[in-house]
Amino acid sequence: MGKTLVEKIFESHLVDNPCEGVHVLNLDRVFCHEITTPPAILDLKRRDKYRVFDPDKIKAVIDHVTPAKDSLTATQGKILRDWAKDMGIKDYFDIGRNGVCHAIFPEKGFVRPGFTVIMGDSHTCTHGAFGAFAAGVGTTDLEVGILKGICAFKSPETTKITITGTPAKGVYAKDVILSVIKMMTTNGVTNRVAEFRGDFVDNLGMDGRLTLCNMAVEMGATSGVCLPDMTTVEYLWPFIAGDYASKEEALADFAKWRSDDDAVYADERTIDISKLVPQVTDEYRPDVVKDITEMEGRELHQIYLGSCTNGRLEDLAIAAGILKGKKVADNVRMIVSPATPKIYSDALEAGYVKIFMDAGACLTNPTCGACLGMSNGVLAEGEAAAATTNRNFNGRMGKGGMVHLCSPATAAASAIEGKLTDPRRYM
Amino acid sequence: MKNFGGQILFLDRSDINTDEIIPAKYLTEVERVAMGPHLLEDLKMEGFTHMSQPMKDSTVILSRDNFGCGSSREHAPWALEENGYTVVIAPNFARIFRGNMYNNGCMAIELKEEEIDEIFALSSGPETTGVSASVDVDAQTVSVKSSKGEKTYSFTLSSYDKDLVMAGGWLEYADAKY
Repeated sequence: MGKTLVEKIFESHLVDNPCEGVHVLNLDRVFCHEITTPPAILDLKRRDKYRVFDPDKIKAVIDHVTPAKDSLTATQGKILRDWAKDMGIKDYFDIGRNGVCHAIFPEKGFVRPGFTVIMGDSHTCTHGAFGAFAAGVGTTDLEVGILKGICAFKSPETTKITITGTPAKGVYAKDVILSVIKMMTTNGVTNRVAEFRGDFVDNLGMDGRLTLCNMAVEMGATSGVCLPDMTTVEYLWPFIAGDYASKEEALADFAKWRSDDDAVYADERTIDISKLVPQVTDEYRPDVVKDITEMEGRELHQIYLGSCTNGRLEDLAIAAGILKGKKVADNVRMIVSPATPKIYSDALEAGYVKIFMDAGACLTNPTCGACLGMSNGVLAEGEAAAATTNRNFNGRMGKGGMVHLCSPATAAASAIEGKLTDPRRYM
Repeated sequence: MKNFGGQILFLDRSDINTDEIIPAKYLTEVERVAMGPHLLEDLKMEGFTHMSQPMKDSTVILSRDNFGCGSSREHAPWALEENGYTVVIAPNFARIFRGNMYNNGCMAIELKEEEIDEIFALSSGPETTGVSASVDVDAQTVSVKSSKGEKTYSFTLSSYDKDLVMAGGWLEYADAKY
């Protein structure tokens, strides 16, 4: 009987089975940010266990509120900063070099096929785009991960989601994942891994695969995964060129992680996206997803382009293509937050930043900020936003605020008209 | 081991998420005690008043599908425990929330849909008083007591989850074993 990618990863990283169905795994990466890590650091200090299992496998970033907005967030940053220094964590990213965790860590080549990754952040599932098992965890799991380099997981059942077809004009990875979430519902993949397959995924670049895997947790999934292929090799090549004689050799090595053809899945779904139109969420659940044609004209106050879902260069390029020579409508404000300094810098070079500024958008430094209502664009009570982010719970972007999740194209077109807008008219 | 049992707070809705349990704006605090006053602050539900007397007096939550979905924040179980809530009972939970409960030596107990319905039938909304639950970890049962009598329900718990509850959490367990 064949194995899935995640079964192979579990088998190769197994430390112990404390009981049937529970697997304690070795960790290749423990990622840390300044919101969920400081309580773990303080607890380790209190327990007289102020140490880490391996400073090279731990990567840390200040990203949620940066630069600090007040004394409390300054303290969180200081705890992480001092700890990174004390522990000798070299890959630590502070103001000026910091970006949204699930954008900057892939960009630095920290995740490879076959890796196990945890972070105290639910969107850690993003990193499965490289063919890794990447799971969001709470602070206690993070704390044990930091201390011992292990984490416990239930058996990795997998839901295989096959996405076929060529997307029509105006339809992107974000529209596809929203339609998948609609199909699976908010807990349709709970305690399972979502494995994204099919020709749509094969033809998708890494930016799009990261968008797909990013929202796997919105269906309850432990990790999203894509199988490693030449696209993965090409993306990682700058970081792995020294390890392999050729890209073909790297591909052959990565192939050992791919799910076997006769692997057994807990659930298998197929979705044809060739007739899909741009998608947008309604209400406060990520699985209440509608065609843009049903949602056009909804009142908006803010447009937000950024986050670990859609703050990458490809996303900024799509939005800039629509906004070029156009203005943000007077009744809305637009905030653009490139997800990393490199993306910001590349967007400057490509002329996107000028397009956004000429349109009247505000550019912020890379940060999670407004996505979870912590800083840099929090909504007022009764306001609505079109956002390229991943979660639309009541109050997510600010108490009493409504978030319509959408693609960068829909966000950009909506900025021009000042209301929810079908982007296909601007293409 | 912690104390598991007490008056039930009835939250009759599915998908109660971590933003509702503890809003992100309080995540700037690094000490769990700061979470206490803000538990369920943003929960909008008919009949529910934040920090009402029944909410203050209860120590067990009964709710519906997918409780604790959303963010990975362990601030959610911390906020619950700061208010004495060491048990949540629901048909199922979001994975990270469930793990966080047991990692803290607390309990997320799954009962069958019809059993949950039966217990909800004893309530008249979030302001209900006088319905209590007591958990026997060894026997893996929860007994619900009201003016109508008492009924005991069985639940399954892996030996691993039970060990975490006995140890007081994952850190204590892992430190002793690995």
